[in-house]
Amino acid sequence: MIRLRYFASLRERLGSAGEDLELPPAVTDVAGLIRHLAGRDGPWGVAFNGTQVLLAAVNQEAAKGDTPIHPGDEVAFFPPVTGG
Amino acid sequence: MGSISVQAEPFDPAAEQQALRAGNPRIGALVSFLGLMRDLNEGDAVSRLYLEHYPGMTEKALAAIVAEAEARWALEGVRVVHRVGELRPEDPMVLVAVASQHRGDAFRACEFIIDYLKTQAPFWKQEITPQGARWVEARPGDHAAEVRWRDAPVGAASCRDQAIQEHDEACIRG
Repeated sequence: MIRLRYFASLRERLGSAGEDLELPPAVTDVAGLIRHLAGRDGPWGVAFNGTQVLLAAVNQEAAKGDTPIHPGDEVAFFPPVTGG
Repeated sequence: MGSISVQAEPFDPAAEQQALRAGNPRIGALVSFLGLMRDLNEGDAVSRLYLEHYPGMTEKALAAIVAEAEARWALEGVRVVHRVGELRPEDPMVLVAVASQHRGDAFRACEFIIDYLKTQAPFWKQEITPQGARWVEARPGDHAAEVRWRDAPVGAASCRDQAIQEHDEACIRG
């Protein structure tokens, strides 16, 4: 099981702030998780199909496509940041 | 060494700077960046700003940025304060204050920290206008600044110094 979290405009588009997800055996990294989410119906398919820039974090540290994901991890997706 | 706060409460920039330099006679320079909530963006009147953040990751990201600045330059102290939640026009939004013995380190570290904060720290601004709420888009210039720091050797001059050097070299070439 992993804890997914969505922020800002992505959260609004998905209509969800997060969820617990049983990690599919084929998903071992961030890129794999994105492909899995892109396969869902509705706004997930659009949000995760690669047409919009999304950033990712695993256990609250910036992640890339090849960052590994393990059961128990927290994985967050969000738009480019605009603080400061 | 660095002190970081992510808070909903307003802060007093003058009091923060005073606290940073108090009691340390080695400090010869204090450089501050104060980010303020502007009243106008893209021509529409902005009434309020809402700052969303990722609790836990914001503090970690800011601590990592400050630690890198402390490794690159000789610093006596760093203080970063970032508001979250609702802000009104002219509210101080973010303070990056850096103390050092000599001004070069303080100037460069301050610029580095705010440039990295703007591309790495998980905050998202939402403008609340009379027409409704609108998420602020990330600016390409912020990423260009971060890339220049990342590619520069450790202890290197600031983006501004590099630009000046490139201009001088272009003039010499004629």
